[in-house]
Amino acid sequence: MNICVFVKRVPDTEAKIRIDHETNSISEEGINFILSPYDEVAVEEALRLREANGGTVTVVSVGNEEALTTLKKCLAMGADEAVLVKDETPETYDGLRTAKILARAVEKRFPDYSLLLFGKQSVGADNAQIPAMVADLLNLPQVNVVTKLEIDGNKGIAHREIEGALEKVSFSLPAVVSAQKGLNEPRYETLKGIMAAKKKEIPIVTFEDLGLKEEEVTPLLEITKLESPPQRQAGKIIEDEPEEAAKQMVKFLHEEAKII
Amino acid sequence: MILVFIEIREGKVKKSSLEVLSEGKRRADELNTEAHAVLVGHGAGGLAPEVFPYGASKVHVLENSLLAHYSASSFSLALVSLVEEIKPEIIFFPATSMGKDLAPRLAAKLGVSLATDCTSTACKDGKLEVVRPIFAGKAFATVSFKSSPQIASLRPNVFPLLEPGAEKGEVVKKEVVIPEDQIKGQVAEIIREEDAEIDVTEADIVVSGGRGMKGPENFDLLRELTAILPHSAVGASRSAVDAEWIDHQHQVGQTGKTVTPNLYMAFGISGAIQHLAGMSSSKCIVAVNKDPEASIFKVADFGIAGDLFKVIPHLKEELKKAISE
Repeated sequence: MNICVFVKRVPDTEAKIRIDHETNSISEEGINFILSPYDEVAVEEALRLREANGGTVTVVSVGNEEALTTLKKCLAMGADEAVLVKDETPETYDGLRTAKILARAVEKRFPDYSLLLFGKQSVGADNAQIPAMVADLLNLPQVNVVTKLEIDGNKGIAHREIEGALEKVSFSLPAVVSAQKGLNEPRYETLKGIMAAKKKEIPIVTFEDLGLKEEEVTPLLEITKLESPPQRQAGKIIEDEPEEAAKQMVKFLHEEAKII
Repeated sequence: MILVFIEIREGKVKKSSLEVLSEGKRRADELNTEAHAVLVGHGAGGLAPEVFPYGASKVHVLENSLLAHYSASSFSLALVSLVEEIKPEIIFFPATSMGKDLAPRLAAKLGVSLATDCTSTACKDGKLEVVRPIFAGKAFATVSFKSSPQIASLRPNVFPLLEPGAEKGEVVKKEVVIPEDQIKGQVAEIIREEDAEIDVTEADIVVSGGRGMKGPENFDLLRELTAILPHSAVGASRSAVDAEWIDHQHQVGQTGKTVTPNLYMAFGISGAIQHLAGMSSSKCIVAVNKDPEASIFKVADFGIAGDLFKVIPHLKEELKKAISE
């Protein structure tokens, strides 16, 4: 069973996000970039499925050449191949644009896939829309925010997280599945894996190679402003005895915040 | 016209959808147009009276026995047929698990872009402008659309409900055609725990614990608080989840959930940047932590620098008293 996993290079979750107001974008200076955590779960799931069922795992990213580092990490984890779709456009947060690029890459380069795996969202854009869009563009079933996945032949069963419950979804392959944290515990790269990854060449594919015309990759969303969140004012901190402190807190909630 | 998708779960209209409809009505008034609602499902029309009071002048009901169970593929097909007929300028979804699953599928079918999980909407020169948090709230992006219809999903628990109006309006039923082979993937079953909890994204009050809870057994203290507090849920920091003290679905912050309850209570949470990103938009924040220098106090409206294990028992008594009064 051949699996494609789609990954993104994102700022570390510990990073403090600074805004470059001149370009309306996130300042990359001093930021450590990582493989988006949900994508890491998706890569791990692909490797486990390959170990159980055979086949290949191909990892795909859209971005500039910095994303090669992210793809190398996936190869070091154990992916068979990686492909970069080169995109020099600054981050647009337009999910449809990326979905169109990925769907075209699948059609052109990986026609014999059984499963397309994604993270449920990238950490950063927080769009949570590309998996469903790719599923629609390729007319495939989708199961998003998955915490358990079982594949048997050309049938799949997935548990998808919803508010306060799980939906058990049955579907047939090929399909799109997006991973939620908790689906598995991603492995660390081994030294052997890192060495093997170093030797692997990562093909770079252009929009032209994929036959994408300019109007197909023109962003349809515009960021008109980017701001830091409003700063909260620190309130009152007390260090009274527990009983008195609890009384004060409830008094605050009752009389000032008027919540209780 | 602004069209609002109304989510039905287990035969009931979700409150978050009524919040979205209320916001749709506010924008419709500003644009001098109408807000319509759409109900999808077998026999969904019976719920129209619950929807009218929140600003819909018309409720479209899309029926077909194949729509009895939710699937993104069948629901998006049904919605496309309606959208092509009534041509709304704006479509709003709730940014719930269903809304986030469905809206992108519809957007892809229509070939338009989508703004997810917005926390404010406005009109500018007759067009929609939305604000959406990115990096789990570490930054806010103002977004406008270059494609039409303009589609956005709106975050639950953020937009105020309208003062309910009349329960009457026009219901337009439409029998939609769905080819059976176009239904991709079906919900076989919904698995709900016996004592199902409210999700942290939907709760009015979130009672969260972090590393300072010291172990999984102590989360029972927080559950005792949620048993007292109305419409509340237990949350957790990433370190508590990574230590496997509590399940991931309770995690608040980046790589967890972003919450905006009326009240966020943080116990033994230091306030790492990823956690603050996910809860700083709460309307009121209180915290208990041993360390008076903890970052959580920088965002708390009221804090107790002290031992949570000594404070919680008193807090329970005081809350019980205050609520019963």
